Amino acid sequence: MRLLWVLALKELRDGLRNRWIAATILLLGALALVLSMLGSAPIGSVRASALDISVISLASLSVYLIPLIALMLSFDTLVGEFERGTMLLLLTYPVTRGQVILGKFMGHVMIILVAILAGYGGALLIMIAVNGGSTEGWQAYLLMMLSSLLLGAIFIALGYLVSVLVKERATAAGSAIGLWLVFVVLYDLLLFGALMLDQGQMLGQQLFAMLMLVSPTDTYRILNLSVFEGVSQAAGIAGVASGAGMSSYLLISVMLLWLIVPLTTTALVFQRREL
Amino acid sequence: MANKRVISLHSVAKQYGNETVVRDLSLSVQAGECVVLVGHNGAGKTTLMKLMLGLTRPTSGKVEVLAGNPALRTAVAQRKALGYLPESVAFYEAMTGREVLTFYARLKSVANTQTEKLLQLVGLGAAAQRRVATYSKGMRQRLGLAQALLGEPRLLFLDEPTTGLDPSLRQDFYQLIDAMHQKGVTSLISSHALNEVEARASRFVIMKAGTMVACGSLDELYAQAALPAQVRISVTPGQTTRVAERLGTAVNIAELNHQSLSLWCSNGEKMPLIRRISELGEVVCDIQITPPRLDEVYKYFMRGDSAS
Repeated sequence: MRLLWVLALKELRDGLRNRWIAATILLLGALALVLSMLGSAPIGSVRASALDISVISLASLSVYLIPLIALMLSFDTLVGEFERGTMLLLLTYPVTRGQVILGKFMGHVMIILVAILAGYGGALLIMIAVNGGSTEGWQAYLLMMLSSLLLGAIFIALGYLVSVLVKERATAAGSAIGLWLVFVVLYDLLLFGALMLDQGQMLGQQLFAMLMLVSPTDTYRILNLSVFEGVSQAAGIAGVASGAGMSSYLLISVMLLWLIVPLTTTALVFQRREL
Repeated sequence: MANKRVISLHSVAKQYGNETVVRDLSLSVQAGECVVLVGHNGAGKTTLMKLMLGLTRPTSGKVEVLAGNPALRTAVAQRKALGYLPESVAFYEAMTGREVLTFYARLKSVANTQTEKLLQLVGLGAAAQRRVATYSKGMRQRLGLAQALLGEPRLLFLDEPTTGLDPSLRQDFYQLIDAMHQKGVTSLISSHALNEVEARASRFVIMKAGTMVACGSLDELYAQAALPAQVRISVTPGQTTRVAERLGTAVNIAELNHQSLSLWCSNGEKMPLIRRISELGEVVCDIQITPPRLDEVYKYFMRGDSAS
């Protein structure tokens, strides 16, 4: 455990040193604030609090940003150390390869955690202050923060998988961008395209919901937009999840699967790798 | 273990794809030895070290280091007793020298006081606050040595430790290694430069294209190579031909001029030859015997034709 901390703290320090953390906090915080200011306009007839509205806009934003940040943090971490030659030395120290992966993972998740806490958390405090101390809808906001962390962790694990499979850093960078495009843009585009063409003929609501579960980003979106009533009504998406019988447990389990499978695969591939 | 064997390799072979990098190599190293691996680039020295460090697994054969297979999980704990300086060592460039060393020290559970001592020892005390990216080749190499010495290892692997160091730094470097040896540390050093390590090595392993072509102490290598010594005899001017005749046809004369002749002489013939020369009397003014040089021995093994 102590060794894991040593490895994790190194990654965290690297994040602080190259201003990664600072930049991400600023980005997330600023966007959260801007969106919450813009979002406060339509309140009135709809039964939704300011925080509920900001959850919708922030969740839609996080779906793009968090995977991007996580992939940029992680794609280089193994292939980079192989290429520069630092991995050779590291593995002659009394650490197992599993510890190297887990330690790095902890460090990178901490970077995302700090960014989310400071960025979204800071924005939350400001919003509460602006709304005269009203904390209505904080649960949904908290869920949004926690699931954003999980989304980040998933894409860190996917980044590691890319990092351990490819031979060169440039390939890793390209593959990471590819992953991002597929999960954040292309898959949804395909899904909606199919839905439009289909006009509800063959693709039932059930199947559509199942297809959405295939992508971790869609799962994240459904989770945030459907669990709390205030949010789902404001988002007008209530039907999708409940109609398909998707509980929040199922959604979270799917996300956890998306985390565990790439991470263990990475560890297994790394285990076999010869230097 | 009763015998203090630290490393043992049993007919180890390593292939990368179709390429055989190490073939059928057996070697055992006792505690306190300083074994020097010599060979050209690509002779398999680095791979051999990686095998002993557990970074790669042998295609066939058995590797044991400190009484365990270094590639197994169980060997992780015993890595505390190892120190490794890779060839052209790489560090985390954005960190300062002190941060790098502290990071490695923590992984080995070594106290910070030792980190500072090592920084002073390798002469990086003043540069410890600078980022590694600004370090010269020599400074990196010194930082590499410092990390290898963390936790007072019992077994050191040094892969071409002095490349990129200027002569005075080399001296310092070998003094450090000598000091470690006094403490009974076992070490394995790979090198191109034979002369430099000559005085330190208890044994040489000469490698060529993945095969061990010779292994032994300096004396053993000389004996194996059986290279002749050069004997140079100075005589009264004009007497060289007569002297040559009197020494007989058995001697192998390399050079003959007005007042000196030099001849090749194998180890066994040396004493009889000297006795015969001394019988020649006043004619002989001086004798010089030059034993074969180490690089000649090296060249002999690298050529690999034992017929010469």
